[in-house]
Amino acid sequence: MSLLVRRPGLLTTVQDRGRFGLQHLGVVPSGAMDPVALELANGLVGNRGDEAALELTVLGPELEFRSEALVALCGAPFEARLDGRPLPLDRPVLVRSGSVLAARRATRGARAYLAVAGGIAAAPVLGSRSTFLPARFGGFEGRALRSGDVLDLTENCSAISLERFERLDQRRKMSGIETVPWSAPALTAPEHEPIVIHAMEGRHRDAFDTASQRAFFEATWKVSPDSNRMGFRLAGPVLARAESAEILSEPTCLGTVQVPANGLPIALMADHQTTGGYPKIAEIASADVPRLAQLAPGGALRFARCTLEQAQELRRALRRRVAAALRAVAWAYGQ
Amino acid sequence: MVPSLCGIALHLDVDHPDAPAAPLEPVRALLEDCFKAASKFEDAGRTVEVPVCYDRELGLDLPEIAKRLSLSEAEIARRHSKSEHVVLMVGFSPGQPYIGGLDPKLAVPRRATPRTRVPAGAVAIANAQTAVYSYETPGGWNVIGRTPLAVFDPAREPPSLFAPGDRVRFVPIGLAEYRAAAAEAAA
Repeated sequence: MSLLVRRPGLLTTVQDRGRFGLQHLGVVPSGAMDPVALELANGLVGNRGDEAALELTVLGPELEFRSEALVALCGAPFEARLDGRPLPLDRPVLVRSGSVLAARRATRGARAYLAVAGGIAAAPVLGSRSTFLPARFGGFEGRALRSGDVLDLTENCSAISLERFERLDQRRKMSGIETVPWSAPALTAPEHEPIVIHAMEGRHRDAFDTASQRAFFEATWKVSPDSNRMGFRLAGPVLARAESAEILSEPTCLGTVQVPANGLPIALMADHQTTGGYPKIAEIASADVPRLAQLAPGGALRFARCTLEQAQELRRALRRRVAAALRAVAWAYGQ
Repeated sequence: MVPSLCGIALHLDVDHPDAPAAPLEPVRALLEDCFKAASKFEDAGRTVEVPVCYDRELGLDLPEIAKRLSLSEAEIARRHSKSEHVVLMVGFSPGQPYIGGLDPKLAVPRRATPRTRVPAGAVAIANAQTAVYSYETPGGWNVIGRTPLAVFDPAREPPSLFAPGDRVRFVPIGLAEYRAAAAEAAA
């Protein structure tokens, strides 16, 4: 049971929820840039939320399935086709053996997740199937997919795909595609830009002059083209430091916004370094990191100041929305 | 729990069913107790021997810092391998050690322009520390040599060569020995 990569797309990697508990060794959790979309994609094909899926970035891959496979494509809306017919998004679709799924361009946003029933069967490295590109381990040979790669699916992918599809109560063939007439809500796909990202003030806020502290929350920032899974470089006003003292390396987090000497902030994303020596002007609310991950290069954002308590409430509200969506999906599977 | 030179991070799963509603206060109290108890630097009692080739072919910045410090390249290698070093923290990228105990005579600032590619195994110095690059990454430290050892190997147990508190001894090796060891490691 496998799928063949006919065209790799811009940056297609195997990702699960991540590799936890190893940051003291310098190993960051990594994992899906938009874990909400990953969780929904997995739920839609009847997987546990932490199974490995393919992360598509801006330009998607072309994949030939060599088994029956129940799949779901979630996250940024991609133009995608299954054997030439438009592929419906955010819902389970039964792909027949020999079919070709071709994802083209994201019409909005940057990243989508293609989950397959039973998950992508890459060998776990340090407890996770996520690809960690900077150190080239995990996922498929520690790298992005290339043309000609053959990815293993679970041994019983055909059987579980057919069995799960049979359980869906409203399953039907629509325009030649075996799917359902409903879809999961897109919880992280970008609304109109600039998107608003909530952030708490950082530990080193006072290292910046007052005009720069204000500018950070007033400016509209753009995601630079040299952004990647490690960090989003933001283009906007140069943030001047009130003092130029070096900071000793200290821990960083997903969503830390640090400012190197050139004065342009970097928001740390899934593959970020575990420690850093640049001053931190802000910490992004964890609920908003998946939405930020959906901005493509050139995408615009603004920061809105929030407190730790507000960030916690945003997180709880997001968890409630995800749980409600997953309950509705489980209901459709008769659970 | 992630210790570093300046601060400790506690990463916790706030969505875990057993996660306390207000986790920060008990953690703060726990850390303060730990700081009170830890009156001196603890010695992990382990010494890691790191073979390093200080040849200028691998020590990319040796000529420049030799000039800057008015020391010969051989003298830089001698001083670096003679000092007592201790791993202060592991971080930035998998297994990368920040090692204290650099001979004060070798204190040089970071390069004004970071290199876009520093090779894996590069032994580099800046200010009062030595780093051993675990993977090829951009970097601004001054490269004085290279080790054939894998700093981090996810298939090894433990995957990281270094742990905080380890003593480190840099053992000079020649270019031929480096090449033989690197070839063996790659095989």
